[in-house]
Amino acid sequence: MNFPQVVFIIASAIALGGAVGVVTTRNLFRAALFLVLSFVGVVGLFVLLEAELLAMIQLLVYVGAISILIIFAIMLSQRLMSSEFRAQNEQWLMALVTAVILFGLLLVVLLRVNWPTSPAEVPSDAISLLGQALVSPDQFVLVFEVASVLLLVALVGAVIIARER
Amino acid sequence: MDFILNFWVEFGAWVGDLLASWGLPEWAVNLIADFAGVLILLVMGIMAVLIFTPMERKVVARMQDRPGPNRVWPYGLLQALADAIKMLTKEDIVPRNADRALHLLAPLLVAIPALLVFAVLPWGPGLIGQDLNVGILYIVAIGAIHVLAIVIAGWGSNNKYALLSAFRVVNQLLAYEIPMVLCILTVILFARTMSTQGIVEAQTIPYFVVTPVAGMIFLVCALAEANRSPVDLIEADSEMVAGYMVEYSGMKFAMFFIAEYVNMFAVAIVIATLFLGGWKFFGLEDLAPVLTPIIVFVKAVFVIFCMLWFRATFPRLRFDHLVGFAWKFLVPLSLVNLMLGALVVKLTENLWGQAGLMLLGNVVMVAVTAFILNRAARRVREAPALKRIVAVER
Repeated sequence: MNFPQVVFIIASAIALGGAVGVVTTRNLFRAALFLVLSFVGVVGLFVLLEAELLAMIQLLVYVGAISILIIFAIMLSQRLMSSEFRAQNEQWLMALVTAVILFGLLLVVLLRVNWPTSPAEVPSDAISLLGQALVSPDQFVLVFEVASVLLLVALVGAVIIARER
Repeated sequence: MDFILNFWVEFGAWVGDLLASWGLPEWAVNLIADFAGVLILLVMGIMAVLIFTPMERKVVARMQDRPGPNRVWPYGLLQALADAIKMLTKEDIVPRNADRALHLLAPLLVAIPALLVFAVLPWGPGLIGQDLNVGILYIVAIGAIHVLAIVIAGWGSNNKYALLSAFRVVNQLLAYEIPMVLCILTVILFARTMSTQGIVEAQTIPYFVVTPVAGMIFLVCALAEANRSPVDLIEADSEMVAGYMVEYSGMKFAMFFIAEYVNMFAVAIVIATLFLGGWKFFGLEDLAPVLTPIIVFVKAVFVIFCMLWFRATFPRLRFDHLVGFAWKFLVPLSLVNLMLGALVVKLTENLWGQAGLMLLGNVVMVAVTAFILNRAARRVREAPALKRIVAVER
């Protein structure tokens, strides 16, 4: 077993352990923190893949923004804040069926697809290549702009909903 | 002579050779070198507390025309050491009904990211923990953990002031993160790299001169991010005791205290790196590379002095004014500055041309902003009394 494999196992263990913690803990605030732990494990995997930019974006967006949002939603709903909460509701059967089907599908994909690997090294200027790809007309500029417009619409929508009348 | 002038790099190479000559394999030499580097960076971060607490107390005391701490020899400069001993002997209290694990986790989560930032701060050519090609993004991302840690501290204290403080953290730190990142983007536009070392190398003219608007906005945001007065609304002691720290005693409080000063030091070095030319000082770095860490340190101390100056000069802001200032003033201004930067970089490739155009654009921007603010203020001033109150409230 070489060094990257050890790191891979540690990072995966953090990600999966965090995910297990999310669904087993009865305290919602702690569940949100376990989710953060899981995200941090994914950061480790990105670093292992030499995708530094993705790793940092993952840390910034998921740990810094999305998890804070979730924690706030939890803090603002008072009933959840004080008491221990049931981990299941009456729809557990449906959830179980969905989860099993999804797991099965993922397993089939995982086992049957012949994953292509490339011997090429990660280019040293990967970040500027990515930046140019996002704004060059023959690559992703349309997708990029559509995503920006979508975010802008969401932003304006939030302002309009929150505005005093 | 060459050995002295290039002391840091040559000394590292010499120790490496020495270890190798003892028959250690290459990976062991690298491991020892890495550990030594980590140790130096960590100790430097902690030493910042011992240097900057006396500095803060003395400087602020001088500005307020009082002696400041003067009992612990000499001139009260060892006050920080006395405080540390006091902290160590205090009782360790965990509030009843608090989430014990999270209560104990928060001080660690505050202190660790503060020290992690030092990994990418450049101290000279070749003198850096790890020259990441996303260095500056790494600093911003580590800041995200800091926000989370304070929220955990607020929650884990089972105290309403602490929880209120946690709400404020998200409001304040996230609001000020946006103009901060926009200013960093402006710098990245000119430097064409995100590596901290690369930014310093690209900086023949300090970026504070090229774009003073970005520099000033960054300084204000850095104050808010490092939670310094006058924008320390997270722990405003006149409103909510000490905010998220209110239930923390002894060494746990000391961890927050250490983290605050380490953060301040780190932020000062980041400002020195991004806007004041980092380890460059009018060619001195080429003459004597041994001086580069001292150049960085002096620049950082200057920035910290400015922070203390602000603290002693301005009263604390009201919270809605603070957040409104970020969203309604800093964000639009830094966005315009970013667009101006993009335009200038496309207009000319010449370094001096870019700097001149950007500086001119910044001056025009400041003039236009002042004009608009002046008109808005006059409108408020000349409005009837009742309307004036409403206008100020908005």
